[in-house]
Amino acid sequence: MNGKKGTKAKPKERRKRFSTVSDEEVAALYTPADLEGSDFRKEIGFPGVYPFTRGIHSSMYRSRLWTMRQFSGFGTAENTNARYHYLLSQGQTGLSVAFHFPTLMGYDSDNPRARGEVGMCGVAVDSLRDMEILFQGIPLDSITTSMTINAPSAILLAMYIAVAEQQGVSLRKIGGTIQNDILKEYIAQHSWIFPPDPSMRIITDILAYCSEQVPKWNTISISGYHIREAGSTAVQELAFTIADGIAYVQAGIEAGIPVDKFAPRLSFFFNAHMDFFEEIAKYRAARRMWANIMRERFRAKDENSWKLRFHTQTAGVTLTAQQPFNNVVRVALQGLMAVLGGTQSLHTNSMDESLALPTEQAVTVALRTQQILAEESGVGNSVDPLGGSFLLEKMTNELETKAMRYVRKIDEMGGMVEAIKRGYPQREIIDASYHYQRLLEKGEKKIVGVSCYTSEEEIPIPLLKIDKEVERKQILRTQEVRRKRNARRVASRVDALKDASLSRVNLMPVILEAVKEYVTLGEICDAFRETMGTYIDPAMY
Amino acid sequence: MASATATKRSGTGKAKGKRKIRVMVGKPGLDGHDRGAKIIARALRDAGVEVIYTGLHQTPEMIVNAAAQEDVDAIGLSILSGAHNYLFPKVVELLKKKKMGRIVVFGGGIIPDDDIPGLRKKGVDRVFTPGTPLAEIVEYVHRRVRPRA
Repeated sequence: MNGKKGTKAKPKERRKRFSTVSDEEVAALYTPADLEGSDFRKEIGFPGVYPFTRGIHSSMYRSRLWTMRQFSGFGTAENTNARYHYLLSQGQTGLSVAFHFPTLMGYDSDNPRARGEVGMCGVAVDSLRDMEILFQGIPLDSITTSMTINAPSAILLAMYIAVAEQQGVSLRKIGGTIQNDILKEYIAQHSWIFPPDPSMRIITDILAYCSEQVPKWNTISISGYHIREAGSTAVQELAFTIADGIAYVQAGIEAGIPVDKFAPRLSFFFNAHMDFFEEIAKYRAARRMWANIMRERFRAKDENSWKLRFHTQTAGVTLTAQQPFNNVVRVALQGLMAVLGGTQSLHTNSMDESLALPTEQAVTVALRTQQILAEESGVGNSVDPLGGSFLLEKMTNELETKAMRYVRKIDEMGGMVEAIKRGYPQREIIDASYHYQRLLEKGEKKIVGVSCYTSEEEIPIPLLKIDKEVERKQILRTQEVRRKRNARRVASRVDALKDASLSRVNLMPVILEAVKEYVTLGEICDAFRETMGTYIDPAMY
Repeated sequence: MASATATKRSGTGKAKGKRKIRVMVGKPGLDGHDRGAKIIARALRDAGVEVIYTGLHQTPEMIVNAAAQEDVDAIGLSILSGAHNYLFPKVVELLKKKKMGRIVVFGGGIIPDDDIPGLRKKGVDRVFTPGTPLAEIVEYVHRRVRPRA
């Protein structure tokens, strides 16, 4: 980045080079010269107006605060349901479900591959029975729910729909999000089941189904979060996320769905990492890029197709196991970045999450952090309060330019699905992650309490322990579900799933019929594994 | 795309008579967090160790079979999902069963301090927790692991 060079003798500086956490150089000073040639109205403009650099709503948090949505799930459905009731009683305004690894990977809790993992990293959901318990006493017409689920997203969405039907809530009224972003799974998070092509077909089936039947559902949460956690730079997070978005829009159009029918229900999910201005610039650049791509490249006519709505989570990877109280400060800063960047919803991490899933006490501090930002800090009183800052606008421009370079490169490869098959984004991220680690080891980047200001005495904090009984209880429940259901109808539903997956019919209604007969998640995934195949880690490093 | 048990290897194998240390970096279980495993694989490779990376989503059986095939001297396991108390000892147990107990097993990830004594008692030689400098892990491998003649 080029700042204005002073004319006087330069005072000695602490370092030779100042750079962001992504190792982008930062100048000493930014002035109007950095924005020469920029067109204020076209590039920065006004909130609520194309290209939405300053935000997608004209009045932002003056009208409505961001949704406070803590990602949460552990143990059995009963354990997590109790946590949800607690969080709602403490002023949380939306739900966000964390599933355990077997669910994410399409295995039931009694599968040998699930041994040791049941309820550890999220809540165990094997069948509709678990989903019924998870949302007991929570009216689905008055809350929105986000579900972090990707490869088996259609199945969990179907279970949610089935619970709504049991509650007598119309599908037109339920609102929420499934992550359903399989491309970033291959790139970064690695909870996949099927190969890329059949996975993209499941996604376009969901787009088509929801645009008709569940109009308030956000069908894909196009996620940079995990790309960043895997070690990417801010530019890569931005670029690969936008390129994933392009791939989904392209796939939807190719599946014959008019762009304005599904694009308004695509949403985004970004990381709030440690570099204050780089992150805020990233959110602003993302909005401008997406608006431009949707209007100019895909010729969307509906303004809602142009607007990039996003959720933010503070960066888990920046939390330290050492001196865990320091994490409260990191999270507060990161939450502030998200709000100054115009996020629609926010998850703030708990201080103990580099050690375990959070305790109730830790998650309360994390939620209170958001409430302090909202109610005390005053940062939401004005829209895009940092807009017009020479530094911020310059960073926004540079992030956009560099990210668009990646987007063009991926276009040249034939789009993101092809780029993934070649291992391109995966390799870029490994390189960036190793580069940062080297900077850290050389002392050029620092982590307080780990690489500097360490202390010998650690103050222990209480940690959440998952009851050893969870696995046994969960397996018993799933086996009971299998005993009590109608075996003949189950078998015919499983056959229907296989047939549908080999034909071109939309899979969603077939999956919905199956979950209502208590066909389990593992059984549905097994049926599809048979017809669609599985994806195996290319094991690059 | 590699097959389920195929692995990616680095290094040239034999360096003039003396065999290099051979370490398998393994990801048992279902968790997809491989940033740490990959960084450690690279750091060991850069320090002259021959590294075999299993890739994600391995069962303990898959890891032990691959270790036998590749004739490794040590296995470094990484888990961030909380399943370490089951999966780490399971790998050690299978190695012993196959008379491969000479292989040093170490591990890392999100592992609460309280769990470490139990893991060590079950044969995990060393557990590294978040924030460990790479140099410390490299030094440990060079000190603790001897290549088989």
